[in-house]
Amino acid sequence: MDKNIDVTMTVNGETVTRQVEARTNLVDFLRYELGLTGSHVGCEHGFCGACTVRVDGRIVRGCLMVAAQADGADVWTIEGVTDTGEIRALQDAFVERNALQCGFCTPGMLMTLAELMERRPDADREEIREFISGNFCRCTGYQAIVDAVEMARGKAGAAS
Amino acid sequence: MKPAPFAYARAATLEEAFGLLAEHGDDARILAGGQSLMATLNMRLSAPEILIDINGIDGLAGITDDGDSLRIGAMTRHADVEESDLVAMHAPMISMAMQHIAHPAIRNRGTVGGSIAFADPAAELPACAVALGATMTIAGTDGERTVAAEDFFHGLYETAVGPGEILTAITIPKISGNWKSGFLELARRHGDYAIIGLCAHAEIDGGTFGDARLVFFGAGDRPVSATQTAPLLKGKTWSGDLADRIAEALKEELDPPEDLNADGPMRRHLAGVLVRRTLGPMAGQGE
Repeated sequence: MDKNIDVTMTVNGETVTRQVEARTNLVDFLRYELGLTGSHVGCEHGFCGACTVRVDGRIVRGCLMVAAQADGADVWTIEGVTDTGEIRALQDAFVERNALQCGFCTPGMLMTLAELMERRPDADREEIREFISGNFCRCTGYQAIVDAVEMARGKAGAAS
Repeated sequence: MKPAPFAYARAATLEEAFGLLAEHGDDARILAGGQSLMATLNMRLSAPEILIDINGIDGLAGITDDGDSLRIGAMTRHADVEESDLVAMHAPMISMAMQHIAHPAIRNRGTVGGSIAFADPAAELPACAVALGATMTIAGTDGERTVAAEDFFHGLYETAVGPGEILTAITIPKISGNWKSGFLELARRHGDYAIIGLCAHAEIDGGTFGDARLVFFGAGDRPVSATQTAPLLKGKTWSGDLADRIAEALKEELDPPEDLNADGPMRRHLAGVLVRRTLGPMAGQGE
Protein backbone atom coordinates (compact mmCIF):
# COMPACT_ATOMS: atom_id res chain seq x y z
CA MET A 1 0.00 0.00 0.00
CA ASP A 2 1.25 3.42 -0.90
CA LYS A 3 1.63 5.55 2.18
CA ASN A 4 2.38 8.68 0.14
CA ILE A 5 -0.22 10.68 -1.65
CA ASP A 6 -0.35 13.64 -4.06
CA VAL A 7 -2.37 16.64 -2.94
CA THR A 8 -3.30 19.87 -4.66
CA MET A 9 -5.07 22.64 -2.79
CA THR A 10 -5.37 26.39 -2.70
CA VAL A 11 -3.69 27.95 0.31
CA ASN A 12 -4.23 31.66 0.94
CA GLY A 13 -5.22 32.05 -2.69
CA GLU A 14 -2.27 30.19 -4.23
CA THR A 15 -2.41 26.71 -5.70
CA VAL A 16 0.09 24.26 -4.22
CA THR A 17 0.84 20.65 -5.14
CA ARG A 18 2.91 18.34 -2.97
CA GLN A 19 3.45 14.66 -2.31
CA VAL A 20 2.97 13.94 1.38
CA GLU A 21 2.84 11.00 3.74
CA ALA A 22 -0.80 10.02 4.16
CA ARG A 23 -0.51 10.49 7.91
CA THR A 24 0.63 14.14 7.61
CA ASN A 25 -2.03 16.28 9.20
CA LEU A 26 -3.10 19.56 7.67
CA VAL A 27 -1.39 21.84 10.18
CA ASP A 28 1.95 20.02 9.84
CA PHE A 29 1.58 20.24 6.08
CA LEU A 30 1.06 23.99 6.31
CA ARG A 31 3.96 24.46 8.70
CA TYR A 32 6.60 22.08 7.32
CA GLU A 33 5.78 21.85 3.62
CA LEU A 34 4.68 25.44 3.08
CA GLY A 35 6.52 27.24 5.91
CA LEU A 36 3.29 28.80 7.18
CA THR A 37 4.15 28.63 10.87
CA GLY A 38 1.43 30.99 12.04
CA SER A 39 -0.87 28.05 12.71
CA HIS A 40 0.35 26.50 15.92
CA VAL A 41 0.49 22.92 17.14
CA GLY A 42 -0.60 22.46 20.72
CA CYS A 43 -2.29 19.33 21.99
CA GLU A 44 -2.61 17.42 18.69
CA HIS A 45 -5.89 15.86 19.71
CA GLY A 46 -8.43 18.56 19.09
CA PHE A 47 -8.69 20.18 22.50
CA CYS A 48 -6.67 23.38 22.43
CA GLY A 49 -7.66 25.08 19.17
CA ALA A 50 -4.18 26.49 18.45
CA CYS A 51 -4.16 24.84 15.00
CA THR A 52 -7.49 26.31 13.85
CA VAL A 53 -7.51 27.09 10.10
CA ARG A 54 -10.26 27.70 7.55
CA VAL A 55 -11.12 25.01 5.01
CA ASP A 56 -13.76 25.72 2.38
CA GLY A 57 -15.11 28.65 4.35
CA ARG A 58 -15.32 26.97 7.76
CA ILE A 59 -12.86 26.72 10.64
CA VAL A 60 -11.48 23.27 11.41
CA ARG A 61 -8.88 21.72 13.65
CA GLY A 62 -5.71 21.44 11.56
CA CYS A 63 -4.62 18.47 13.68
CA LEU A 64 -7.83 16.46 13.13
CA MET A 65 -7.67 16.35 9.36
CA VAL A 66 -4.99 14.80 7.20
CA ALA A 67 -3.59 16.98 4.42
CA ALA A 68 -4.81 14.41 1.89
CA GLN A 69 -8.38 15.30 2.87
CA ALA A 70 -7.80 18.91 1.85
CA ASP A 71 -7.16 17.88 -1.76
CA GLY A 72 -9.10 20.36 -3.88
CA ALA A 73 -9.95 22.51 -0.87
CA ASP A 74 -9.65 26.26 -0.34
CA VAL A 75 -7.51 26.71 2.77
CA TRP A 76 -6.88 29.97 4.63
CA THR A 77 -4.45 30.51 7.47
CA ILE A 78 -3.67 33.43 9.76
CA GLU A 79 -1.03 34.60 7.25
CA GLY A 80 -3.62 34.84 4.48
CA VAL A 81 -6.36 36.60 6.39
CA THR A 82 -3.76 39.02 7.76
CA ASP A 83 -2.51 39.87 4.26
CA THR A 84 -6.00 40.47 2.90
CA GLY A 85 -6.83 42.76 5.80
CA GLU A 86 -9.95 40.74 6.56
CA ILE A 87 -9.31 40.63 10.29
CA ARG A 88 -7.51 43.95 10.70
CA ALA A 89 -10.11 45.41 13.07
CA LEU A 90 -9.95 42.33 15.26
CA GLN A 91 -6.16 42.36 15.33
CA ASP A 92 -6.06 46.06 16.20
CA ALA A 93 -8.57 45.46 18.99
CA PHE A 94 -6.45 42.57 20.34
CA VAL A 95 -3.50 44.97 20.64
CA GLU A 96 -5.63 47.74 22.10
CA ARG A 97 -7.30 45.51 24.72
CA ASN A 98 -4.19 43.47 25.58
CA ALA A 99 -5.97 40.33 24.48
CA LEU A 100 -2.76 38.32 24.28
CA GLN A 101 0.39 37.80 26.24
CA CYS A 102 2.49 34.93 24.88
CA GLY A 103 0.50 34.83 21.64
CA PHE A 104 0.52 31.08 21.20
CA CYS A 105 -3.27 30.77 21.09
CA THR A 106 -3.78 34.01 19.16
CA PRO A 107 -3.77 32.80 15.52
CA GLY A 108 -6.31 30.07 16.33
CA MET A 109 -8.32 32.47 18.44
CA LEU A 110 -8.42 35.02 15.60
CA MET A 111 -9.46 32.42 13.02
CA THR A 112 -12.28 31.32 15.32
CA LEU A 113 -13.38 34.87 16.08
CA ALA A 114 -13.37 35.77 12.38
CA GLU A 115 -15.96 33.03 11.89
CA LEU A 116 -17.93 34.27 14.90
CA MET A 117 -18.01 37.83 13.48
CA GLU A 118 -19.29 36.48 10.19
CA ARG A 119 -21.79 33.88 11.39
CA ARG A 120 -22.91 35.25 14.76
CA PRO A 121 -22.35 39.00 14.46
CA ASP A 122 -24.79 39.74 17.30
CA ALA A 123 -23.37 37.25 19.82
CA ASP A 124 -23.44 38.57 23.38
CA ARG A 125 -20.52 38.10 25.77
CA GLU A 126 -21.76 34.72 26.95
CA GLU A 127 -22.19 33.51 23.37
CA ILE A 128 -18.74 34.79 22.42
CA ARG A 129 -17.23 32.79 25.29
CA GLU A 130 -19.15 29.74 24.20
CA PHE A 131 -17.90 30.14 20.63
CA ILE A 132 -14.26 30.29 21.77
CA SER A 133 -14.71 27.53 24.35
CA GLY A 134 -12.62 25.27 22.12
CA ASN A 135 -9.69 27.71 22.03
CA PHE A 136 -7.55 27.64 25.14
CA CYS A 137 -5.67 30.71 26.34
CA ARG A 138 -3.42 30.05 29.31
CA CYS A 139 -2.19 33.64 29.83
CA THR A 140 -4.82 36.35 29.80
CA GLY A 141 -8.01 34.57 30.60
CA TYR A 142 -10.79 35.40 28.22
CA GLN A 143 -12.12 38.72 29.48
CA ALA A 144 -9.80 40.86 27.35
CA ILE A 145 -10.42 38.67 24.31
CA VAL A 146 -14.18 39.15 24.61
CA ASP A 147 -13.58 42.88 25.12
CA ALA A 148 -11.58 42.93 21.90
CA VAL A 149 -14.39 41.30 19.96
CA GLU A 150 -16.86 43.88 21.21
CA MET A 151 -14.43 46.66 20.37
CA ALA A 152 -13.82 45.31 16.89
CA ARG A 153 -17.55 45.24 16.28
CA GLY A 154 -17.71 48.86 17.31
CA LYS A 155 -19.93 48.17 20.27
CA ALA A 156 -19.78 50.33 23.34
CA GLY A 157 -20.31 47.37 25.64
CA ALA A 158 -16.63 46.57 26.23
CA ALA A 159 -15.62 47.02 29.85
CA SER A 160 -13.14 49.84 30.22
CA MET B 1 1.89 12.94 19.05
CA LYS B 2 1.95 11.95 15.38
CA PRO B 3 -0.04 8.96 14.18
CA ALA B 4 1.63 5.72 13.13
CA PRO B 5 2.00 5.50 9.33
CA PHE B 6 -1.10 4.44 7.42
CA ALA B 7 -2.27 4.33 3.83
CA TYR B 8 -5.16 6.45 2.67
CA ALA B 9 -7.79 5.72 0.05
CA ARG B 10 -10.60 7.93 -1.17
CA ALA B 11 -13.73 5.99 -1.96
CA ALA B 12 -15.77 7.64 -4.70
CA THR B 13 -18.75 5.32 -4.25
CA LEU B 14 -20.15 3.08 -1.53
CA GLU B 15 -19.29 0.05 -3.67
CA GLU B 16 -15.67 1.16 -3.76
CA ALA B 17 -15.70 1.58 0.03
CA PHE B 18 -17.20 -1.91 0.48
CA GLY B 19 -14.48 -3.32 -1.78
CA LEU B 20 -11.75 -1.68 0.29
CA LEU B 21 -13.37 -2.89 3.51
CA ALA B 22 -13.53 -6.43 2.12
CA GLU B 23 -9.90 -6.25 1.08
CA HIS B 24 -8.48 -4.86 4.31
CA GLY B 25 -10.91 -6.11 6.94
CA ASP B 26 -9.99 -5.15 10.50
CA ASP B 27 -6.90 -3.28 9.28
CA ALA B 28 -9.11 -0.58 7.78
CA ARG B 29 -11.00 2.25 9.44
CA ILE B 30 -13.69 4.39 7.85
CA LEU B 31 -12.80 8.09 7.91
CA ALA B 32 -15.94 10.24 8.17
CA GLY B 33 -15.53 13.57 9.98
CA GLY B 34 -12.48 12.19 11.75
CA GLN B 35 -12.99 14.27 14.89
CA SER B 36 -12.71 11.25 17.19
CA LEU B 37 -10.71 8.96 14.89
CA MET B 38 -7.89 11.42 14.15
CA ALA B 39 -7.48 12.15 17.86
CA THR B 40 -7.17 8.45 18.69
CA LEU B 41 -4.69 7.99 15.82
CA ASN B 42 -2.63 10.98 16.98
CA MET B 43 -2.48 9.50 20.46
CA ARG B 44 -1.67 6.10 18.93
CA LEU B 45 -4.58 4.49 20.71
CA SER B 46 -5.36 2.99 17.33
CA ALA B 47 -3.09 2.17 14.39
CA PRO B 48 -5.04 0.98 11.33
CA GLU B 49 -3.21 0.04 8.13
CA ILE B 50 -5.47 2.12 5.96
CA LEU B 51 -8.07 4.88 6.24
CA ILE B 52 -10.98 4.72 3.83
CA ASP B 53 -12.17 8.29 3.33
CA ILE B 54 -15.90 8.39 2.55
CA ASN B 55 -16.14 12.22 2.40
CA GLY B 56 -16.17 12.16 -1.39
CA ILE B 57 -19.15 9.81 -1.78
CA ASP B 58 -22.17 11.60 -3.22
CA GLY B 59 -25.53 11.31 -1.52
CA LEU B 60 -24.36 10.54 2.02
CA ALA B 61 -24.89 14.09 3.31
CA GLY B 62 -28.04 16.12 3.61
CA ILE B 63 -31.29 16.47 5.52
CA THR B 64 -34.51 15.52 3.75
CA ASP B 65 -38.17 15.77 4.70
CA ASP B 66 -39.70 12.33 4.20
CA GLY B 67 -43.23 13.24 5.26
CA ASP B 68 -43.61 11.75 8.73
CA SER B 69 -39.90 11.62 9.34
CA LEU B 70 -36.59 13.38 8.72
CA ARG B 71 -33.73 11.58 7.06
CA ILE B 72 -30.27 12.79 8.03
CA GLY B 73 -27.48 11.42 5.85
CA ALA B 74 -24.59 9.92 7.78
CA MET B 75 -22.07 12.43 6.39
CA THR B 76 -24.14 15.48 7.37
CA ARG B 77 -21.91 17.77 9.43
CA HIS B 78 -23.01 18.75 12.93
CA ALA B 79 -22.88 22.43 11.94
CA ASP B 80 -25.37 21.86 9.14
CA VAL B 81 -27.73 20.08 11.53
CA GLU B 82 -27.29 22.89 14.06
CA GLU B 83 -28.37 25.47 11.45
CA SER B 84 -31.17 23.37 9.93
CA ASP B 85 -34.70 24.81 10.20
CA LEU B 86 -36.12 21.38 9.35
CA VAL B 87 -34.35 19.83 12.33
CA ALA B 88 -35.33 22.70 14.65
CA MET B 89 -38.97 22.29 13.67
CA HIS B 90 -39.30 18.50 13.54
CA ALA B 91 -36.59 17.17 15.85
CA PRO B 92 -35.95 19.99 18.34
CA MET B 93 -34.09 17.65 20.71
CA ILE B 94 -31.34 17.29 18.10
CA SER B 95 -31.07 21.07 17.77
CA MET B 96 -30.82 21.42 21.55
CA ALA B 97 -28.09 18.77 21.67
CA MET B 98 -25.92 20.34 18.96
CA GLN B 99 -24.53 23.23 20.97
CA HIS B 100 -23.27 20.74 23.56
CA ILE B 101 -21.26 18.76 21.02
CA ALA B 102 -17.65 19.89 21.35
CA HIS B 103 -16.86 23.26 19.74
CA PRO B 104 -17.66 25.12 16.49
CA ALA B 105 -14.50 24.02 14.64
CA ILE B 106 -15.24 20.39 15.50
CA ARG B 107 -18.95 20.69 14.62
CA ASN B 108 -17.91 22.06 11.22
CA ARG B 109 -16.19 18.78 10.47
CA GLY B 110 -17.77 16.09 12.65
CA THR B 111 -20.66 14.10 11.23
CA VAL B 112 -23.91 12.71 12.59
CA GLY B 113 -23.16 9.23 11.26
CA GLY B 114 -19.64 9.28 12.65
CA SER B 115 -20.87 10.16 16.12
CA ILE B 116 -23.54 7.46 16.06
CA ALA B 117 -21.35 4.74 14.53
CA PHE B 118 -18.51 5.51 16.97
CA ALA B 119 -21.02 4.98 19.81
CA ASP B 120 -19.21 6.73 22.61
CA PRO B 121 -21.49 6.13 25.62
CA ALA B 122 -21.08 9.75 26.74
CA ALA B 123 -21.98 11.20 23.33
CA GLU B 124 -25.19 13.12 22.78
CA LEU B 125 -26.54 11.84 19.46
CA PRO B 126 -26.75 8.11 20.25
CA ALA B 127 -28.97 8.91 23.26
CA CYS B 128 -31.08 11.33 21.19
CA ALA B 129 -31.56 8.62 18.56
CA VAL B 130 -32.83 6.17 21.17
CA ALA B 131 -35.11 8.74 22.86
CA LEU B 132 -36.64 9.77 19.54
CA GLY B 133 -37.16 6.21 18.31
CA ALA B 134 -34.89 6.75 15.31
CA THR B 135 -34.01 4.12 12.73
CA MET B 136 -30.51 3.52 11.40
CA THR B 137 -29.86 2.59 7.79
CA ILE B 138 -26.86 0.33 7.32
CA ALA B 139 -25.51 -0.55 3.88
CA GLY B 140 -23.31 -3.40 2.73
CA THR B 141 -22.61 -5.44 -0.36
CA ASP B 142 -25.93 -7.26 0.19
CA GLY B 143 -27.89 -4.01 0.15
CA GLU B 144 -29.48 -1.92 2.86
CA ARG B 145 -31.03 -2.92 6.16
CA THR B 146 -32.55 -0.89 8.96
CA VAL B 147 -32.08 -1.24 12.70
CA ALA B 148 -34.07 0.52 15.44
CA ALA B 149 -31.91 2.84 17.54
CA GLU B 150 -32.71 0.88 20.71
CA ASP B 151 -31.23 -2.26 19.11
CA PHE B 152 -28.31 -0.46 17.45
CA PHE B 153 -26.01 0.16 20.41
CA HIS B 154 -24.52 -3.09 21.69
CA GLY B 155 -21.99 -1.80 24.21
CA LEU B 156 -18.88 0.34 24.58
CA TYR B 157 -18.12 1.50 21.00
CA GLU B 158 -20.06 -1.56 19.76
CA THR B 159 -22.95 -1.26 17.33
CA ALA B 160 -25.08 -3.29 14.94
CA VAL B 161 -22.85 -2.21 12.04
CA GLY B 162 -21.18 -5.44 10.95
CA PRO B 163 -17.85 -6.10 9.21
CA GLY B 164 -17.90 -4.61 5.73
CA GLU B 165 -20.91 -2.41 6.45
CA ILE B 166 -21.34 1.36 6.66
CA LEU B 167 -23.97 3.42 8.46
CA THR B 168 -25.52 5.61 5.75
CA ALA B 169 -28.42 7.47 7.37
CA ILE B 170 -30.54 8.02 10.44
CA THR B 171 -34.30 8.47 10.14
CA ILE B 172 -36.11 10.34 12.90
CA PRO B 173 -39.90 10.41 13.31
CA LYS B 174 -41.12 14.01 13.35
CA ILE B 175 -42.29 15.33 16.69
CA SER B 176 -46.06 15.57 16.64
CA GLY B 177 -49.19 16.03 18.71
CA ASN B 178 -48.52 16.77 22.35
CA TRP B 179 -44.99 15.38 22.36
CA LYS B 180 -42.30 17.63 23.77
CA SER B 181 -38.54 17.23 23.92
CA GLY B 182 -36.01 18.26 26.51
CA PHE B 183 -32.23 17.97 26.54
CA LEU B 184 -29.65 18.77 29.17
CA GLU B 185 -26.19 17.62 30.14
CA LEU B 186 -23.78 18.36 32.93
CA ALA B 187 -20.10 18.76 32.06
CA ARG B 188 -17.22 20.40 33.89
CA ARG B 189 -16.38 22.58 30.90
CA HIS B 190 -18.48 23.55 27.91
CA GLY B 191 -17.86 21.14 25.05
CA ASP B 192 -16.40 18.37 27.19
CA TYR B 193 -18.04 14.98 27.17
CA ALA B 194 -20.89 15.00 29.65
CA ILE B 195 -20.57 13.57 33.14
CA ILE B 196 -24.18 12.60 32.57
CA GLY B 197 -26.90 13.89 30.27
CA LEU B 198 -30.60 13.39 29.62
CA CYS B 199 -32.70 13.19 26.48
CA ALA B 200 -36.35 13.45 27.51
CA HIS B 201 -39.22 12.91 25.12
CA ALA B 202 -42.74 12.96 26.53
CA GLU B 203 -46.38 13.40 25.68
CA ILE B 204 -47.72 16.26 27.78
CA ASP B 205 -51.39 17.22 27.51
CA GLY B 206 -52.38 20.30 29.46
CA GLY B 207 -49.62 19.71 31.99
CA THR B 208 -50.35 15.99 32.41
CA PHE B 209 -47.73 13.49 31.31
CA GLY B 210 -48.57 10.59 29.02
CA ASP B 211 -45.99 8.25 27.53
CA ALA B 212 -42.43 9.32 28.22
CA ARG B 213 -38.90 8.27 27.41
CA LEU B 214 -35.96 9.22 29.59
CA VAL B 215 -32.67 8.25 27.96
CA PHE B 216 -29.39 9.00 29.73
CA PHE B 217 -25.89 9.22 28.29
CA GLY B 218 -22.72 8.90 30.34
CA ALA B 219 -24.73 6.49 32.46
CA GLY B 220 -23.56 3.12 31.15
CA ASP B 221 -21.77 1.43 28.27
CA ARG B 222 -24.45 2.69 25.82
CA PRO B 223 -27.48 5.01 25.93
CA VAL B 224 -29.52 3.99 28.96
CA SER B 225 -33.30 4.21 28.71
CA ALA B 226 -34.94 4.40 32.15
CA THR B 227 -37.80 2.09 31.21
CA GLN B 228 -38.86 1.42 34.81
CA THR B 229 -38.88 5.05 35.91
CA ALA B 230 -40.41 6.76 32.86
CA PRO B 231 -43.88 5.12 33.24
CA LEU B 232 -44.17 6.68 36.71
CA LEU B 233 -44.82 9.99 34.94
CA LYS B 234 -47.95 8.76 33.21
CA GLY B 235 -51.12 10.53 34.23
CA LYS B 236 -49.26 12.87 36.58
CA THR B 237 -48.76 16.62 36.60
CA TRP B 238 -45.38 18.09 37.48
CA SER B 239 -44.75 18.80 41.14
CA GLY B 240 -41.89 18.78 43.60
CA ASP B 241 -43.26 15.55 44.97
CA LEU B 242 -43.28 13.88 41.55
CA ALA B 243 -39.72 15.13 40.96
CA ASP B 244 -38.61 13.51 44.21
CA ARG B 245 -40.25 10.21 43.29
CA ILE B 246 -38.65 10.20 39.83
CA ALA B 247 -35.23 11.04 41.29
CA GLU B 248 -35.56 8.22 43.84
CA ALA B 249 -36.67 5.73 41.19
CA LEU B 250 -33.67 6.67 39.03
CA LYS B 251 -31.33 5.98 41.93
CA GLU B 252 -32.74 2.45 41.99
CA GLU B 253 -32.76 1.94 38.25
CA LEU B 254 -29.49 3.50 37.07
CA ASP B 255 -26.11 1.88 37.62
CA PRO B 256 -23.71 4.44 36.15
CA PRO B 257 -19.95 3.89 35.92
CA GLU B 258 -17.28 5.52 38.02
CA ASP B 259 -14.47 7.52 36.46
CA LEU B 260 -12.22 10.48 37.24
CA ASN B 261 -15.09 12.95 36.85
CA ALA B 262 -17.66 11.33 39.10
CA ASP B 263 -18.47 8.18 41.00
CA GLY B 264 -21.68 6.19 40.68
CA PRO B 265 -23.64 7.83 43.53
CA MET B 266 -22.79 11.30 42.21
CA ARG B 267 -24.02 10.38 38.74
CA ARG B 268 -27.22 8.90 40.20
CA HIS B 269 -27.75 12.14 42.12
CA LEU B 270 -27.11 14.22 39.00
CA ALA B 271 -29.66 12.14 37.06
CA GLY B 272 -32.29 13.48 39.46
CA VAL B 273 -30.99 17.02 38.99
CA LEU B 274 -31.29 16.65 35.21
CA VAL B 275 -34.85 15.37 35.51
CA ARG B 276 -35.89 18.36 37.63
CA ARG B 277 -34.28 20.87 35.31
CA THR B 278 -35.66 19.25 32.16
CA LEU B 279 -39.13 17.87 32.85
CA GLY B 280 -40.43 20.84 34.87
CA PRO B 281 -39.86 23.34 32.03
CA MET B 282 -41.17 20.77 29.49
CA ALA B 283 -44.42 20.69 31.49
CA GLY B 284 -44.54 24.49 31.40
CA GLN B 285 -43.41 24.89 34.99
CA GLY B 286 -40.22 25.70 36.86
CA GLU B 287 -37.87 23.09 38.24
